Amino acid sequence: MSDQGDDLVLSELNDSELVEQMMDDLYDGLKDEIVEAVTILLDRGWVPYDILTKSLVLGMQIVGDDFRDGILFVPEVLRSAQAMKGGMAILKPLLVETGAPKMGKMVIGTVKGDIHDIGKNLVAMMMEGAGFEVIDLGINNPAEDYINTAIAEDCDIIGMSALLTTTMPYMKVVIDQLTEMGKRQDYIVLVGGAPLNEEFGKAIGADAYCDDAAIAVETAKSMIARRHNQA
Amino acid sequence: MPDLAIQIEDEALRDVGLLPFGTGKTLVIACGALAREILAIIDANRLGHLTLTCLPAILHNTPKDIPQAVENAIKKNAGDFDHFVVAYGDCGTGGLLQSTCDRLGATLIASPHCYAFFDGTDQFLARDEVTRFYLTDFLARQFDAFVWKPLGLDRYPDLRDMYFGNYEALVYLSQTEDAELLVKAKDCADRLGLDFEHRHTGYGDLNTFLNTAP
Repeated sequence: MSDQGDDLVLSELNDSELVEQMMDDLYDGLKDEIVEAVTILLDRGWVPYDILTKSLVLGMQIVGDDFRDGILFVPEVLRSAQAMKGGMAILKPLLVETGAPKMGKMVIGTVKGDIHDIGKNLVAMMMEGAGFEVIDLGINNPAEDYINTAIAEDCDIIGMSALLTTTMPYMKVVIDQLTEMGKRQDYIVLVGGAPLNEEFGKAIGADAYCDDAAIAVETAKSMIARRHNQA
Repeated sequence: MPDLAIQIEDEALRDVGLLPFGTGKTLVIACGALAREILAIIDANRLGHLTLTCLPAILHNTPKDIPQAVENAIKKNAGDFDHFVVAYGDCGTGGLLQSTCDRLGATLIASPHCYAFFDGTDQFLARDEVTRFYLTDFLARQFDAFVWKPLGLDRYPDLRDMYFGNYEALVYLSQTEDAELLVKAKDCADRLGLDFEHRHTGYGDLNTFLNTAP
């Protein structure tokens, strides 16, 4: 995307040029440059939440759009995610300190028997970028891990991910267990993963199937807003 | 039947597939990755009632396209055959391939993946090896085209552990005994930073499936 020369000095750019350059660098998966730019903006007195939303999140939205349109592919998206992660590592503790707005709380993980966490990691990162607090259970989670964490941490959303046809039915086990406990209505349940589709999401009783990380964020936002309106 | 298996190129099976080959009235619609194995089974068991056609094996990397491709193949050949059997596993279609076959009256192998039915599906599922990554003969030969390049590891080797960090071992499920391929599969494991295991499976459930095809 960018034709950044070797002699470009980020600290010599003004704020708007730097933010634009950050979006280019994010697109190109340049982690070191993102880390440097985040540090520069912080030194210039930028609020961490503004750095997150006005550069990193906007940049990742472009990456997400181009992925959906078939312009970018998984390796490039992962490189961008790595770059964003570099920036997030600096911003995350500062966001807590500065009291950035919170959208809600999510517990997320890959289901029992499934170790494929790339999609889950992307969703977790994008949800954090959108202002959600995310508790990442990692891989290979039995139903009780999701449910106990959701209860103990007072989560709004349970997110489940699976890459395998053999593991995706386990999502229903989790939802059924929630139902048996009389707690299904307490949580928004989002599911995702390559072999899933909307029909499957409906069939197992999830609130929504999310085709990619950007859709997961939009779905979570709208469902949280709907909940607030109903409360 | 001429020994087509030695004439067809992996690259053609990967990108183009195979036009119907044979004179039987049952059409086997298969993944290109299975062409050599299926032709060997047909030949060894004299299954002259089977005709083989293959879809491009590279559909393996875009599973959502497989059900439509199978449907197109069935419809295209509908007037020429009495039966259709589909030599695929679910292959990451999330059950959609099974639904497509049910709707069109075709028989599908009941298995999640080709490596599962080579291993023997019941045995494969019972092993519950969630941290194993599998290669077959075809995938070992075509490792760069199916794994290394599509995952961008030729351009961004630092992504390797993002993809394979949760795996422990690469299991090579061999259909033929080929010393060179064994070395190649071991090299694939090394490149992915995984331990290596080898199991010789032969054709597994694929053999039974074809021998019981109408």
